[in-house]
Parts: sequence; C-alpha cells; structure tokens
Amino acid sequence: MGKRETFPLKQETDIVLIRQRVRKYAEEAKLGIVSQTKIVTAASEIARNALIYGGGGECVVEACSRDGRSAVYLCISDSGAGIADIDRAMVDGYTSGSGLGLGLSGAKRLVDAFAIDSAPGQGTRVELWKWR
Amino acid sequence: MVERIPILKMGNFLLLSIQVDMHDQLALDLQEDLTAQIVKHRSRGVLIDISALEIVDSFIGRMLSHIAQVSRILDAKVIVVGMQPAVAITLVELGLSLEGIATALNVEKGMRRLEKMVDDDMILEPESGEARDISVEAGD
Ligand SMILES: Nc1ncnc2c1ncn2[C@@H]1O[C@H](COP(=O)(O)OP(=O)(O)OP(=O)(O)O)[C@@H](O)[C@H]1O
Ligand SMILES: [Mg+2]
Repeated sequence: MGKRETFPLKQETDIVLIRQRVRKYAEEAKLGIVSQTKIVTAASEIARNALIYGGGGECVVEACSRDGRSAVYLCISDSGAGIADIDRAMVDGYTSGSGLGLGLSGAKRLVDAFAIDSAPGQGTRVELWKWR
Repeated sequence: MVERIPILKMGNFLLLSIQVDMHDQLALDLQEDLTAQIVKHRSRGVLIDISALEIVDSFIGRMLSHIAQVSRILDAKVIVVGMQPAVAITLVELGLSLEGIATALNVEKGMRRLEKMVDDDMILEPESGEARDISVEAGD
C-alpha cells in the first residue's frame, strides 16, 4: 500500500491545505495537468460540502494503484446530518443552501470513480479515485 | 496566509491579481474592498488576473459572478484574464459556465477589451456617465 495521510477538516483554511496535499499526491502519481486539476477541484467541492453541510470531518488521501496504473484515492467524511435523498442531491443544480448545486454532480464528472454513502443522522462519506 | 488581496488603480481601471488560494474570508474581504474602491475612484472597469489560480471551483466561480454583478450595478465593466487551460477544461466539466463574465487570454488583451467595452458604453449611452456621478455623490 502506498502513502496515506489523514487531514482534519474543521475550518476554511483546512480546505486550502487539503487541495495542496491532493495536488502533491496527484503529481506523484504522475497524473497529467488536467487530471491533477480535476481531482483537486473535486476534492475542493466535496471538502467544502463536508464543512458547510456536515459540520466538518476529515479527509484521507492515499497513493494507490488501479489495474497497474498509479492513482489517487480520497475519502472525505463527516458525521453531520447526512443526506436523506442522495439521488436528488446528485442532480445538477439541486441545492438546499445558496449554492449552484454543482458540487456533488460536478465532482462525480471530474473523477474516474465516485462513491457516496450517506443517511440521515449517519453523516456522509464520499470516495473519489483518479488514475493515470 | 495572505490577509488581503491588493487592488491597484490605473487610470479609470482597477487591477487585481489573485495569487493565492482563496478562502471564505479572503473572498468576502475582496468583494468589500473592490466595491469600496470602485465607488471611491469611480472606476469604469475592473481587470481580474487569475493566471496564478490552479483551480476554480464553484466557490471561486460564485465569487467572480458576484463581483461581476456588483460591478455592473456600479456601472463598471469586469474582465477576467489568464485562466489556465487545465482550469478552463475542468470548469466546463464541473458545469460552471461563468455566464455573463467577459474573459480574455492575457492581461494585454484584457486591457484592450476592457477599454473597448468602456468606450462602446460611453458612445451608446452618453448620459450614463452623468447619471452615475450624481448617484455616487448622493451616496456620499
Ligand atoms: N456532506 C454533506 N452533508 C449533508 N448534506 C450534504 C453534504 N454534501 C451535500 N449535501 C447536500 O447536497 C446538496 C447538493 O450539494 P452540491 O455540492 O451539489 O451543491 P451545493 O453545495 O448546494 O452548491 P455548490 O456546491 O454548487 O456551491 C447540498 O445543497 C446539501 O443539501
Ligand atoms: Mg457544494
């Protein structure tokens, strides 16, 4: 197993740090510049959701491989209110706040694999993969 | 971390370069500072250089849209310049359209475009300059 780190996600500035670390892992996995930008942007969206809607949590970043290709894996979790209707939350333009409703659906488009696990009262966990 | 993003005045225009990773407070401060400077200098245009930004997410997108909207109300044109190609590709896939925000490849092109936007505006609406001065004065 590759390098793995866990970062706290308690305040705005933690998102900045997470973006920088994800960029580093993406560079080390030798992802192209567009792929790097996509996984960093996706991380930023999901981390902000965890902070705003989930009341904060943490982010695991891991260097791994997928079918022999180097990859970056992210797991961003919180123990907030959770999402009652995941399908609705994943629709472009749906927001319960004042956002554009693009974070979840957009992040899914930006990565190679995406998983979300959430239930009311159980918090939310989003996993993202981007490979070379 | 940087406390504030500097805003430079150049003639009728304001220039700013976003060089750092934005976070909420910085974005709010920037919106406030910029609005105050537009009013203070009666600026006709704002050029925002984002060539140093490694990503634009929905948060930054919203900030840019907000700046453009407020500037429009204050009768100043806005142009965003220098977006990195990888950022542009990612924005499209994210679904962020940055509708209503003028863009240019680099600062020089952006400056020329901004000058033209402001000139065109003065030809089309000869009265607007006056009306604007009065409303600004009334607010003082
Ligand atoms: N971690 C989370 N915990 C609880 N609810 C969440 C979480 N993440 C997303 N949601 C819900 O899903 C909705 C859609 O999220 P999404 O990120 O797509 O849009 P947004 O955050 O509202 O706007 P944007 O991301 O475009 O600024 C949110 O409005 C919120 O109701
Ligand atoms: Mg969001």
